[in-house]
Amino acid sequence: MKIVAICGAGIGSSGILKVNAERVLKKLDIEAEVTAVHLDSLEMARDAQVILTSAEFVEAIGKTFADIIVIENLFDTNELTQKLEASLGS
Amino acid sequence: MVLPALTAEAIEIGATPPDWRSAVRLAGLVLTRAGAAKPEYADEMVRMIEEHGPYVVIAPGLALAHARPGPAVLADGLAIVTLAEPVNFGHPHNDPVSVVLAIAIKSADTHLAAIAQLANVFNDSNAIEALTAATSAAEVQEIMGGTE
Repeated sequence: MKIVAICGAGIGSSGILKVNAERVLKKLDIEAEVTAVHLDSLEMARDAQVILTSAEFVEAIGKTFADIIVIENLFDTNELTQKLEASLGS
Repeated sequence: MVLPALTAEAIEIGATPPDWRSAVRLAGLVLTRAGAAKPEYADEMVRMIEEHGPYVVIAPGLALAHARPGPAVLADGLAIVTLAEPVNFGHPHNDPVSVVLAIAIKSADTHLAAIAQLANVFNDSNAIEALTAATSAAEVQEIMGGTE
């Protein structure tokens, strides 16, 4: 499974999303590749199944087949766990 | 890259900026004081937020200001500014902000180890409150270094 984390710079917030998503996925025993990218590299997200991001970027991401998950507190692994579980339907 | 040692120059406690722009510029000034960025990096961080919105407020009370790697970055660096009076960034869930982190990164390819260290600190939901309550640079250093 391919997951991308998107933010404005491709460092900072998407990096935190990547790190925490990998921790949560490991706990959920789900194998996935998580990549942190910035908005200008959206083509990297084209074949992703899940996009993790902040509310500000949903519009810029536009149409996609991926499931967009909006995270409010990037350090809250409980929020990430709940939303990833709901999306991946385990 | 791992997080650079957080020196006293990289910490500002109990600041009273009137608004989010001043808070981010102050964090940029602290990065410059610590030798991590040129003065114009502060403006780049402000511009990121003007362009993309207040997404840098990544957790309740915490903003992670940053711009992209570029010529304004002199070295990998982290700065921490705590605010005596919280300021609003316009975030729908995580305002008001009482701790501003600013990071400068030389290369996006190698920064994830440092980001993982930040996550180690802030996945503990008490960290932001502890930083806000800190009254000395030494206390901040202890909170930030507590998980290494």
